[in-house]
Amino acid sequence: MPDVGKTSALHAVPPIALRRRITDHVMTGVAVLTVILVLAPLFAIFAYLVYRGIGSVNWAFLTQTPKPVGEAGGGMANAIVGSGFILALASILGVPVGVGAGIYLAEFGRNRFGDVIRFTADVLNGVPSIVIGIVAYAIVVLYQKHFSALAGGVALAIMMIPTIARTTEEMLLLVPQALREAAYGLGIPRWRTTLSITLRTATSGVITGIMLAFARVAGETAPLLFTALGNQFWNLKVNEPTAALPLQIYTYGLSPYDDWHRQAWAGAFVLIVLIVTAVSAVRFAVRRGTFGTA
Amino acid sequence: MLLCGLAILGMLVLIVYELVLRSGLSWRAFGFKFFAGRDWDPVNEQFGALPFIYGTLVSSLLALLIAVPLSIGVAVFTTEMCPARLRGPLSFFVELLAAIPSVVYGLWAIFVLVPLLSNYVQPFLSKTLGWTGLFTGPPYGISMLAAGIILAIMIIPIISSITREVLMVVPQHQREAVLALGATRWEMIRVGVLRNARAGIMGGIILGLGRALGETMAVTMVIGNRPEIAKSLFAPGYTMASVLANEFSEATGDVYLSSLIEIGLALFLVTIVVNALARLLVWTVTRGQPSRANA
Repeated sequence: MPDVGKTSALHAVPPIALRRRITDHVMTGVAVLTVILVLAPLFAIFAYLVYRGIGSVNWAFLTQTPKPVGEAGGGMANAIVGSGFILALASILGVPVGVGAGIYLAEFGRNRFGDVIRFTADVLNGVPSIVIGIVAYAIVVLYQKHFSALAGGVALAIMMIPTIARTTEEMLLLVPQALREAAYGLGIPRWRTTLSITLRTATSGVITGIMLAFARVAGETAPLLFTALGNQFWNLKVNEPTAALPLQIYTYGLSPYDDWHRQAWAGAFVLIVLIVTAVSAVRFAVRRGTFGTA
Repeated sequence: MLLCGLAILGMLVLIVYELVLRSGLSWRAFGFKFFAGRDWDPVNEQFGALPFIYGTLVSSLLALLIAVPLSIGVAVFTTEMCPARLRGPLSFFVELLAAIPSVVYGLWAIFVLVPLLSNYVQPFLSKTLGWTGLFTGPPYGISMLAAGIILAIMIIPIISSITREVLMVVPQHQREAVLALGATRWEMIRVGVLRNARAGIMGGIILGLGRALGETMAVTMVIGNRPEIAKSLFAPGYTMASVLANEFSEATGDVYLSSLIEIGLALFLVTIVVNALARLLVWTVTRGQPSRANA
């Protein structure tokens, strides 16, 4: 205990002991240090990605298919398109189910059963993507007897659904109850209220949620390894193996060729640019289209 | 709508069903010995998953060891110390990390982290801490250590953003009460904030662990992929997720494939338990009442 003056204990505020003040300063310093330690690799990753990426992207990379092993040049055009194709399949399969589940949770699921589904969705969110890949392999590839874009799409859709469901639910819950009651007051049935009033009001939020899920699966590699498999050539058939950007980055990054390393970085850069553009474009469009309601 | 809700339950059931069904062959062939066996020999169809389990556990724990103090530090800084102007950009920047695909982390790890480790960090560690036996062997860079570090970088955003959320739910009057007793800022944080947020922070950590256990690509690219159990962190290892990534599409033979799926099942069960635990902890805190109250 700090020695407080015996006579004036009630009047003087005891000075904070030096040891405590030093501890305070040291811990502040430690906190600042952790921030620096965390930001340094983050910054390094970004800077290196941009530096290697910009230097490596060129016209050939964006327009050509891969050259045979060991030959310089070529590009990842088929992988870029393939990724878009698989993601489109995943969205077609995953978005309606995800949004539907979100609507159920928000409008009809305020009970024990809703809690079970909510919890399941949260837990599914944490399932390793590689395990999702195994399941897609088991339910699609084993039946088709070969790898396919569809299998990749199914894997990514399974990953999207829980995320979309939870964000849709959150967004719908933000819609004021009075709006629903007003609709009921006009004699509109519940399902109609949900679709034309509640969902409509929350559109921009729901779409943002969808884009977040989209961005999350767009860079996924693990579930595509043994579903979409990859392909050296163009493919836009649902039943054929298809190239995907993350897969190509993985293969090229591990290869022993300098030119492939360059292309891996170019691929990583293009992938991130595409994800960011897609997300911000949709957000922008939504904001333009629905101002006044949000 | 109910149908879509049921679809989520259905997905979970489907995952369990497929994994259990397809791993049956290996389960019948090896039983519990599968998880204790050290041999991974596809040619003679002998499969033991212990090296992978070991690799997954060690790399994830290593990642937690690095990530937890850093994430809590960042969360404390952003909620309690940092000037309001910095708060937004800082948390945005940290969460941006979560948006980078895992394969890009792996790429960075191969080209930047691994050379850095083998040229500077590993020689230094083996000179100073070599006597522990944890840091011996040739400094190749590609190692358990590299996997742990890249995993740590990847789970820091998750742990720190959840910790931040939990810290922000701690009522302001808790802080004011401790300050009014004459505490310094650090004492206020320790007694008034961190102690109250323990359960939630634990939840965030476990959620980070769940992510680390299942992380595939970045780890596969730097861990070295050798099914051996070595004490040194400089030695290459193999994780459950990476053996799936590497061998699944090339697995010939039913037992081989079935063994791989059994590894997938084990990985799935572990992450499910870990995640459920974490969710319960986080829910308890952010809902403001113990989950037992409504059970």
